[in-house]
Amino acid sequence: MRQLKSYRIYFILLFLVMVVCFLVNISLGSVSIPFQETLRSIIGKTTQVDSWSYIIWNYRIPKAFTAILVGSGLALSGLLMQTLFRNPLAGPFVLGISSGASLGAALLILGSSLFTGIFSLGMVNDISLALASSIGSFMVLLAVMVVAVRVKDTMALLIIGLMFGSITTAVVSVLSYFSTAEKLQQYVYWSFGSIGDLSWNQLILLLLIVMIGVLISIFSIKPLNALLLGESYAKSLGVNMKRSRYSIIVATGLLAGGVTAFAGPIAFIGLAVPHLTRQIFNTTDHKILVPAVLVYGAILMLICDTIAQMPNSASVLPINAITSIIGAPVVIWLLIRKRKMIF
Amino acid sequence: MRTLGNVQPKLSGKITLNKESLEHHSIQELASEISVVLTEPIASKNLTVLELVSLGRQPYTNWLGTLTKKDNDKISMALDMVRISALKSKKCYELSDGQLQRVMIARAIAQDTQLILLDEPTTHLDLYHKVQILKLLKTIAHETNKTILFTTHEIEIAIQLCDKILILKENQSSFGSPCELIQKKSFENLFPIDTITFDAQTGSFRVNK
Repeated sequence: MRQLKSYRIYFILLFLVMVVCFLVNISLGSVSIPFQETLRSIIGKTTQVDSWSYIIWNYRIPKAFTAILVGSGLALSGLLMQTLFRNPLAGPFVLGISSGASLGAALLILGSSLFTGIFSLGMVNDISLALASSIGSFMVLLAVMVVAVRVKDTMALLIIGLMFGSITTAVVSVLSYFSTAEKLQQYVYWSFGSIGDLSWNQLILLLLIVMIGVLISIFSIKPLNALLLGESYAKSLGVNMKRSRYSIIVATGLLAGGVTAFAGPIAFIGLAVPHLTRQIFNTTDHKILVPAVLVYGAILMLICDTIAQMPNSASVLPINAITSIIGAPVVIWLLIRKRKMIF
Repeated sequence: MRTLGNVQPKLSGKITLNKESLEHHSIQELASEISVVLTEPIASKNLTVLELVSLGRQPYTNWLGTLTKKDNDKISMALDMVRISALKSKKCYELSDGQLQRVMIARAIAQDTQLILLDEPTTHLDLYHKVQILKLLKTIAHETNKTILFTTHEIEIAIQLCDKILILKENQSSFGSPCELIQKKSFENLFPIDTITFDAQTGSFRVNK
């Protein structure tokens, strides 16, 4: 494994790119604010128009931070999945974690009209939505972990994750058949994904969740590297497979579940970023890959969000559409260029 | 072989290592006692040779897997021993089967264990590479004083190269040096006598036409 030093220059460059993306992201939006004024506002000076400062501090900066957390969280969970399942196509969606979150959201939004008795409040606000999808993703996570105790085979786990996805689709279609058009629209909007609606408080909560996920991942770097050889070899190298598998699954659940809860299901970041990262950093060492996907995921998400904003126009494109439009061709391009997906 | 390497649970019986039952050793302890080369392919062929061999040092590295100077020395020693230092920065998917097998052996050497277990290390290789791998194993065993245990179907090559052979046959397994086993006529009825016979003079098998 090459020395960390030779990668330092890449990391400095990537970090600078991230800062630039961050600044560009907050300087662009539906209201046109000059770049200098944006910078003035960030360093705490007053802007020409008072509302600009308000927009930047209460809308754009939280949104940019959300983009960073969402991108990093999903990218890292994708990397963990790909190594744990030794499958280049694995991502947060595969384990059913995103499906679980969608199921929670669907039950809350679409189900509230059916089961008014249970959701007597009848209110579907952002917090209850985040709560429902968090509960949904953790229920799936618990189910997957229960299965993981009995089934030693990771392939079986993967299929179980896909089954949860099918169950979600089925439940959502049954619910949407019975629910009102208004509720259905609300669910569809949630499933588009959105990173613009988080308050500072929600942002701090998301930050905490992502931080815990990242910490567990950092402590799993050594078993993750051993897993590149396969589970039998990892065991022969002294890796406690059971404990490592649990901590990796928990980290993934926290990262993917937390992000989906607050930002909706966001496609392709989790799958594409680890592959893109491996293109730049020609290594399989997770000591390099873990920090690299964090920065890379943040950059990609900031760029996607900047595009989704459609600068200087009032409309906002669904972020999920942008990540898919960028992410899917990337995966296809990688497949064609390398003829096979390696991880 | 997988059971001996603690990769697969045992069906029955007792396995002891250093006079203590295998279950009494922790996984971490075993990692510095036994290294394995299994038949299953490694999960990621995207690893470079150096990265793969370095993973053999995991039982000795810190929580982050940082390699010390001692680790790096052991790694380059292992690479030299199987003569793959030139392939160091190649990716595993660029290697031939024979080269990959040598890399796996280098990884086992880098793990620095008294015992190296290999599960059919010569399958998928042609005769020349089979002999090459087994001669390499013999050199390693004699130079480093390690115990190398491998399973094989290549009885003829094994007779010529191994120090000790255990013939696994239902009810009548026998163990000893090749010469002892030939004298004990252990090879004679290894296969149905009407199809294959053993020639004690040359130490080879002959097909009955």
